[in-house]
Amino acid sequence: MASNKKYWKSVEELQGSSVVETLAKNEFVENIPTDDFLGDKETLENSSTSRRDFLKYVGFTTAAASLAACEGPVVKSIPYVVKPDDIIAGVADWYATSIADGFDYANVLVKTREGRPIQIMPNKEANGSTSARVQASVLSLYDETLRLKEPTKGGKAITWASADKEIGDALLKLKEAEKPVILLTGTLASPSTSKVISDFITAYPNIRHVVYDAISESAAVDAFKAMYGKRILPNYKLENAKAIVSFGADFLGDFHGGFEKAYVAGRKPETGAMSFHVQVESNMSLTGANADKRVVAKPSDVVFALLNLYKEITGNGVSSKATPIDGEIKKLAKVLKKAGSKGVVMTGINDVNAQLISLAINQALNSDILDTQNTLNIRQGNFEEVQGVITDMKSGKIGGLLTYNIDPAYTLPNATEFIEALGKVSLKVGLSTENNATVDAMDYALPTSHFLESWGDTNFSEGNYGLMQPTIQPLFQTKQVQDVLLKWSGSTTSYYDFLKNYWTTEVLNAASWNKALHNGYYSANVTSNTSDYVSEVVISDVANQLKKSISSSGMELNLYIKTGLGDGRQANNPWLQEFPDPITRTSWDNYLTMSIADAKVLGFSNPVKDNGAINGDYAKVKVNGAEVVVPVMIQPGQAKGSVGLSLGFGKTFGLKEEMKVGVNAYPFYKDGNNIQYNVSIEKVSGTHKFACTQVQKTIAGRHDILKVASLKEFKTVDPKDHHHGWNKPAYVSYDHQEVEANTIDLWDEHNREVGHHFNLSIDLTSCTGCGACVVACHAENNVPVVGKNEVRVGRDMHWLRIDRYYSSTVETREEAKELGLSRGATYEALETEAENPEVTFQPMMCQHCNHAPCETVCPVAATTHGRQGQNQMTYNRCVGTRYCANNCPYRVRRFNWFEYANNNEFDFNMNNEYGKMVLNPDVVVRGRGVMEKCSMCIQMTQATILKAKKEGRKVNKDEFSTACSSACTTGSLVFGDVNNKEDKVAALAVDKRAYNVLDYLQTKPNVIYQVKVRNTNEA
Amino acid sequence: MKSVGLYNKLFSVLHKSFALLLVFAFSISTYAQDVDEARQKAGKKLFKSQCASCHKLDKKLVGPALGGVEERRENAWLKSWIKNNAEFQKVNTEAAQAAQYSATAMTAFPQLTDVQIDDILYYTTVGEIKKVVDSGDVTVGGQVLQKSGAPEWLIYLLAAAIVVAFLMISSLLKQVSELKGGSKPGVESNLRRDLQELWIGAKNNTFLKVLSTIFLLLIGAYVTFGTLFKVGVDQGYQPIQPIAFSHKIHAGENKVDCQYCHSSAKHSKHSGIPSLNVCMNCHKAIAEVAETTEIQWNGQTYGKQQLDLEIDKLYEAVGWDKDELVYTGEEKPVKWIRIHNLPDFAYYNHAQHVTVAGIACQKCHGPVEEMDEMYQYSPLTMGWCINCHRETNVDLKGNEYYEKIHEQLADKYGVDKVTISQLGGLECGKCHY
Repeated sequence: MASNKKYWKSVEELQGSSVVETLAKNEFVENIPTDDFLGDKETLENSSTSRRDFLKYVGFTTAAASLAACEGPVVKSIPYVVKPDDIIAGVADWYATSIADGFDYANVLVKTREGRPIQIMPNKEANGSTSARVQASVLSLYDETLRLKEPTKGGKAITWASADKEIGDALLKLKEAEKPVILLTGTLASPSTSKVISDFITAYPNIRHVVYDAISESAAVDAFKAMYGKRILPNYKLENAKAIVSFGADFLGDFHGGFEKAYVAGRKPETGAMSFHVQVESNMSLTGANADKRVVAKPSDVVFALLNLYKEITGNGVSSKATPIDGEIKKLAKVLKKAGSKGVVMTGINDVNAQLISLAINQALNSDILDTQNTLNIRQGNFEEVQGVITDMKSGKIGGLLTYNIDPAYTLPNATEFIEALGKVSLKVGLSTENNATVDAMDYALPTSHFLESWGDTNFSEGNYGLMQPTIQPLFQTKQVQDVLLKWSGSTTSYYDFLKNYWTTEVLNAASWNKALHNGYYSANVTSNTSDYVSEVVISDVANQLKKSISSSGMELNLYIKTGLGDGRQANNPWLQEFPDPITRTSWDNYLTMSIADAKVLGFSNPVKDNGAINGDYAKVKVNGAEVVVPVMIQPGQAKGSVGLSLGFGKTFGLKEEMKVGVNAYPFYKDGNNIQYNVSIEKVSGTHKFACTQVQKTIAGRHDILKVASLKEFKTVDPKDHHHGWNKPAYVSYDHQEVEANTIDLWDEHNREVGHHFNLSIDLTSCTGCGACVVACHAENNVPVVGKNEVRVGRDMHWLRIDRYYSSTVETREEAKELGLSRGATYEALETEAENPEVTFQPMMCQHCNHAPCETVCPVAATTHGRQGQNQMTYNRCVGTRYCANNCPYRVRRFNWFEYANNNEFDFNMNNEYGKMVLNPDVVVRGRGVMEKCSMCIQMTQATILKAKKEGRKVNKDEFSTACSSACTTGSLVFGDVNNKEDKVAALAVDKRAYNVLDYLQTKPNVIYQVKVRNTNEA
Repeated sequence: MKSVGLYNKLFSVLHKSFALLLVFAFSISTYAQDVDEARQKAGKKLFKSQCASCHKLDKKLVGPALGGVEERRENAWLKSWIKNNAEFQKVNTEAAQAAQYSATAMTAFPQLTDVQIDDILYYTTVGEIKKVVDSGDVTVGGQVLQKSGAPEWLIYLLAAAIVVAFLMISSLLKQVSELKGGSKPGVESNLRRDLQELWIGAKNNTFLKVLSTIFLLLIGAYVTFGTLFKVGVDQGYQPIQPIAFSHKIHAGENKVDCQYCHSSAKHSKHSGIPSLNVCMNCHKAIAEVAETTEIQWNGQTYGKQQLDLEIDKLYEAVGWDKDELVYTGEEKPVKWIRIHNLPDFAYYNHAQHVTVAGIACQKCHGPVEEMDEMYQYSPLTMGWCINCHRETNVDLKGNEYYEKIHEQLADKYGVDKVTISQLGGLECGKCHY
C-alpha cells in the first residue's frame, strides 16, 4: 500500500541521521556566514580599514554609481546589409536535422534565432528522441576553448590549400609504395558518407576503413553476425512486449537505440496491457530503476543466471553454476514462457557468448519483440580490428593513419600503446571537430564542422533515413570531412551536390528532395534483406566458453556510462557536467559505487555535512595492472561483491580547469568489456567532496509526495477508498470532523474559467528519469551553471530537478511485526530493502500554486499570480528577501547568490562571447540577488497566444507547450490549457490517477502528477 | 546629448525669425523662366510615373539622362522609340544602335498618346521651375514656414515686452524714490528700509520660520523626487546618427509607409531597422535630392549638397557604384544608434500592438513624419505603458481568438467593452520574464 511506504533519498536518511532531519527543516542548506565576517574581533581590530574609511568608501561608491547612472550607455544597432529572406529579427526559425556524432544519434529539430542555433528538440514526427546529451550538444557548438579553429601542422597554422596538397602528395606516395593507410572513424551511420569513403578507397586502394566506437558494442554485433549473418545491432519492439527480462542491458540509460519511447508505449496502465519488466543487474542503472522488479546479482552471477534461464526455458542442459538468484530465475522462466512470442531477453554484457545465449533464448521463445529486420546501424565498431591496427602500427606495417572525430588516445584501454605505435606511422592526420589528445599527437590537425554546421544524411535503422542540414555558417575555418575526402579523392563536386545526387538516385525513389529536407527524414519501405536464422552456433560450446571465461575471485567491476557525459566526448560542456546523475544525484564527478554491505566491511562511508554536502573516502582500485584512486559513493541497490565505475570522466586534454573532474576509467576497459573480474580495492587516505544534491532540497513532510500503486491495485481498488485507496485525498480535522482537505480554504477562489488556464501533467509511470527536460529547461530559460563548489553547498540553479526516491515496504521492526514476519525474516527484509530499494523519479519544479504560499509573503509583491495559472516571478521587482523560498513547501525557488554572467569566478558559457550565443533572447539573464524559478515557460505560452492572435484564430488543440514537455520523448510531461476541453491535459487533470503533491496544504498546484503504476503483481 | 534637442529648437526658431525679417524686407516675386507651367506640370507628372524609375534629367540611371533629349533626337524618332522600341529597332538602324546602350531593354509604352509624349518631352526640355515665393506659404531657401509658426515668435516678442516693461518700472521706481527721499547718497530708499524691517520681523516670527522651513523641505522633496524619477527616462533622446536620414522626407513628404521599411514590426517583437537592400529599392533610382530640399540636422541646415553626400554614405555602405550602377560587393554595415532602449527585463512586442491591436506607430513614436531627426517621443516608463493598458479598450471584433474570451469577460465585468487590463494586461509576468 502506497501510504505504508517510507520514501528516502539517501542511506543516511534511512538510518535516521540527525543531520538530514535538520536539513529537512532548514530553508537553505547552509547558514548565512555572518559569523565569518562579524564574529572575528581580532581581525576586525587589526584591519586597516576603519569605520570612517568604510563610510568614505560607501559615500564615494554611492556617488559614483549615481553619477554613472545619469548617462545611459549608447547602444548601437547594426542591420543586415542584405537581409536573408527567411530571417525576421525576433522570430525563431526551426530546421529539421539529425545528430550523428559517433555516440548519439537522433532526428532533431533545431531552433535558431537570428541565425544562431539555440535549442535542440526531438523531431517527434520522425520518431526522434533526445537525451540530455543531445539537448546539450548545441552548447558544444559554441565551445570556443575546445573546438579546432584552423588547420595546423605540428601545432603551426597552415592553410587548407597547402594541407590538402601536402596530404594529397603523401597519400599518393603511400599508394605507389603500396603501404596500407587506415581511415579510423566512429560509427557514421550515413549512407552517402559511406559512398564518399568507398570512392576514396577506389582512388587509394591501399586505404582501409576501420570503425571504432569508444563504447563498444562489438560483442552484440558479432553475436548477431554469428547467428543471423549480418554484423549489425538487432532492434527491439518493446511496445508490443508482455515480458522484458534484461540482464544488465541499460536500454533506457545508455540510449544507443532510443528505446524509451517504445518501452513506455508498452506500459500504459489505462489499457491494462503493461509489460512486465525485470532487470537483473549489479549496478543500479536507470533501466533498473524503472523496472517492475529488480534482481540484484554481481556480474558473474548475472552471466550464470542467463545460462540458467536458458536451461530453464529450453530444457537443454548446458554447463553453468548455481547462483543466489536461481529461485528468481525459475520464476522468470515461467513468466517468459507464458509471454511466449511477446517475451524478450536483452543483455548488456559485452561478451559474444553471453549475447549468443540471449539471442538463443529469444529464438527459443520465438520472440516477436526481437526485431531482426529493422536493424540498427548505430554501433558498427570492431574492437578487435582496432587492436589489430595498433599491432600493425607497432610493427611498422601501416603507412598512414587518418582519424575522424574519435579520441583513441583517451578512450582506448591501451592508449599509451597507441600513442607509442603512432610514432611508427609516417602520415598522421587528425580530422576532428574538437581538439583532443589524439589530434594533438598527429602531424596534421584539420578542423571539421560541427553537425549543426554540416550537410549530411543518416540511416539509423533499416529504412529510416534522415537528413542533416547546416543551421549556422561555420564559426571557424572548418570543412566537412566529406568535402575533405572528396577533394583528396580528386573529385571537384561539393559534398552538398554529391549528397543531393546520391539521395535522388539511391534513396528518394522519385520523392521530393525539398520535402525530405524540410521534414528531416524519409521512410523507405524496408526491402526485405531478411536476416534469417543461421543456426550454425552450438549453444553448449558457447556456454562452455562462457563459463570458462569467468574466473571470478575478489570484487567485480561493472563499467557503465552516465546519462550526462556518455562516452566523454562532451566533457567540456558545463550543462552536462552540472546535470545531476539521475540515480546518485551527483554532478561534476564519477565515483566507485559500492553496496552498503561491502562499504561496511571495507570501511567506507558517505558522511553528510551540515550544509547538505556529502563527503566520501578514496579507494585505490586495481584491475589487470591498471590502477586509479577514486572516491566511493555508497549506492543502495548495488550488488554485494561488485562495484561500478563510469566511463567518460577524467578527460583532461584541452579542457577548462573546472571540467577536469572525475577519474578516467578507460584503462580498465580491457577488450572493450564492461565487466572486469578480480578487482582489488583498498581504502586510502583523503576525503573527497562530492557535489551531490541528494539530501539538499529535502521536502518537509514527505508523505503524500509520491503515490505508487501496483497494476492489480490500480485495476481493482477504488482510488479514493478510505482505507486501501491508492489515490485518496488528504483529510484534515475541521470542527472535530474529519473532512477532505480540499473542502476548506483560507482564500477566496478566483474565477479560473475565463481565458486560458495552464496545467502541466506529469505521469510518473512514463517518466524514466532521463533528464532531457532538465537540460532543455537550461537552454530555454538561460539557467546559469554555478560550478562544483556551489552545487556542493546547495546553490544549484536548476529550475527543474528530477527527485529520485528510494522506497522500502518494510521500514521498522514494528511494521514487520504487523506484516507477521518472523524475526529472521524481519532482519532480512530490513536489509534487503536497503540493498535493493524500489526507485521512483519525480520531476519537480515550481508547482504554480493557485493559492501560493510564496505570493503572500513577498514584501514587495515581486511574485504574483497570473490569471492563466502561472505564478509569476518579476525579477526587476525582487529585492532578495528570500521569504518566498522559505515559505515554499516544494523547495523549488532558486536564489542568485552571485552574478553568474560575465564573471570570471564562474567561467562557464555565460562568461565568453561564443557561449553567450546560445542564450535565449526572449528570456532575461538574471542578476545577483534575485530569486528565480520555473515560469511555466511563459515566453512560450505568450508566443503561442500571439501567433493565434496574429492569425486571427483560436489556439489549436495541444498547441501550447513548454521546453520540458517538448523535450519529453515518452510523453510523461503534458502541458496545455485545461479550459480547452480538447487539450490532452484537460482530461489528465481529472484523471483518476491525478494528484497534487502535498495536497493537504491546499496550495492547489497547477502541476498535476499521475500516480505511478508498477506491474509488480506478475511475479 | 539630451539637451541638444532643446537647443536645436531654440536655434532654429531664431534662425527662422531672422530669415523671415529678411523676406519681408526684400519680397520679390518672379519666375526664373518664362514657361508654360501647365504643360510642364503635366509632363512632370507623367515623367515621374512612367519614366523616373529608369531615367533622370541630368544623370544616367538604367537609361540615359533625358534632359534636353529633343536636342539630340527628332521628335518623331523619339515617339516611335517610346511607343515600341523593339519594333522600331527592326526598321531603324539608329534605334538598333541606341539599344546597345544597356543590356536592359526598355519597356514599350503604347498607351502614351502623342500629346502626352510631347508633354514629357517638354518637361525634359524646360526641366524644373524654380520658384522663389509662393502665394500661400512663405518660402525661404526651400523651407516652408507654416503660418502656425507665428505664435512661436510671438512668445519671444512678449518676453521682450516684459523685459522692457520691467526696465521701465525699475527706472520709474528710481525716479519716484529720488523725488521722495531727496538725493542724499547716504540715505537709502524707503523701499530698502521697509524690506530690512520686514526681514527682521520675519526673523523673529517662529511660526513663519517653521512654515517656511516646511515649505522649503516640501519643495526640496518635490524637486528631488522629480529629478530621481527622471533618471533613466530618456524622453527626447536624440543621438547623432551616422547618416542624416530624415523621416520627414521619407514618411512625411514622400508618404512612404512606416512598415515598408520597418517590415518586421508586423511579424516580430522588433520593429527592426531596415536592411540596406530595402533602401536600395528606391535609392537605386534616387541618387540625389531635389534642388530645394533642406533638413535640420544636429542644429544645422543641410541642403542639397550635404544631403547628396549622405546618400553617398548609403552607397558606400551597401557597396554600390553610382557611376557604373553596379554592386561592388564591398559592404560596410551602418552602425545606427539605437534610440528606444527598453531594459532587458521588460518585454515588448511590436507585432502584438501593430498587427493585433492595429495601433498607429505615431501613438508611441510621435509625429515621426514631421521629424527630420528622430528622437524618443514617449517616456517609455512603466507608468506610461500601464496607463495605456488601463484606458484602452480592446477591439475584439473580427479576431476569432478573442471571441469566447470577450463573451466571458463582458459577462464577468458587465461591460460591453473590455480594457487591456481586464484581459490581464497588467500582470507582471506578461512583460517581465
